[in-house]
Amino acid sequence: MEEENESGVVKKFMYVNRKAPYGTIYALEVLEMVLISAAFDQDVHMAFLDDGVYEIKKGHTPKGVGMKNFSPTYRALEGYDIEKLYVEKESLEERGLTEDDLLVPVEVMSRADLAKLMSEMDVVLTA
Amino acid sequence: MKFAILVNEGPYNHQASDSAYQFVKAALEKGHEIFRVFFYYDGVLNATKYAEPPQDDRNVGKNWAALAESHKLDLVVCVAAGLRRGIVDDSLAPGFRISGLGQLIEAGIQADRLVAFGD
Repeated sequence: MEEENESGVVKKFMYVNRKAPYGTIYALEVLEMVLISAAFDQDVHMAFLDDGVYEIKKGHTPKGVGMKNFSPTYRALEGYDIEKLYVEKESLEERGLTEDDLLVPVEVMSRADLAKLMSEMDVVLTA
Repeated sequence: MKFAILVNEGPYNHQASDSAYQFVKAALEKGHEIFRVFFYYDGVLNATKYAEPPQDDRNVGKNWAALAESHKLDLVVCVAAGLRRGIVDDSLAPGFRISGLGQLIEAGIQADRLVAFGD
């Protein structure tokens, strides 16, 4: 995907996902932002913490609540060169999850290391 | 400094739009530049011209429109988020325009700081 980015500036964007995938629309609509920033050739990072780790948990079956399962989109991110996915270790542990429960390859990081990485970003968008 | 602003919540239900408005006003008074204000998620609902809050309450949409007019602000509503919520060209209050998410990313690239308001 190519879109005009006349400035040629590449910034470090981080999308911080903190909410469960269903119940509110944040998780779904943030994905639209993520895809567009990739189209602008920006350096895109995604972090999953708190209930946001459920967004990339295997086995979404939201049909019963009348919602569309959008979790396959996370697997498609690789096709947009979005491969910098970070998951907070403490958030996984607090929920009894491990890396094996996740849909996509991620880097698991401690809260302290993730905070450090976040501080190195130019633009941080939370959802 | 050159700021870009992101408003992620609707009016009245949440303080985010009011806080963003106060922030923008204060920044302008201090001589800073506001590159763009982008409305996303339920934030698109700030742009409706049909809101009629009680007379003794603030009018969030009109506040934005007035500030946009006096300072030539660029108030942009996300097209996709707007379509989901019934915000289209015909429902826009003065001062707002509809465009794509690319306008948000561009604002993030161009501004020194992008400040987001919402949960």
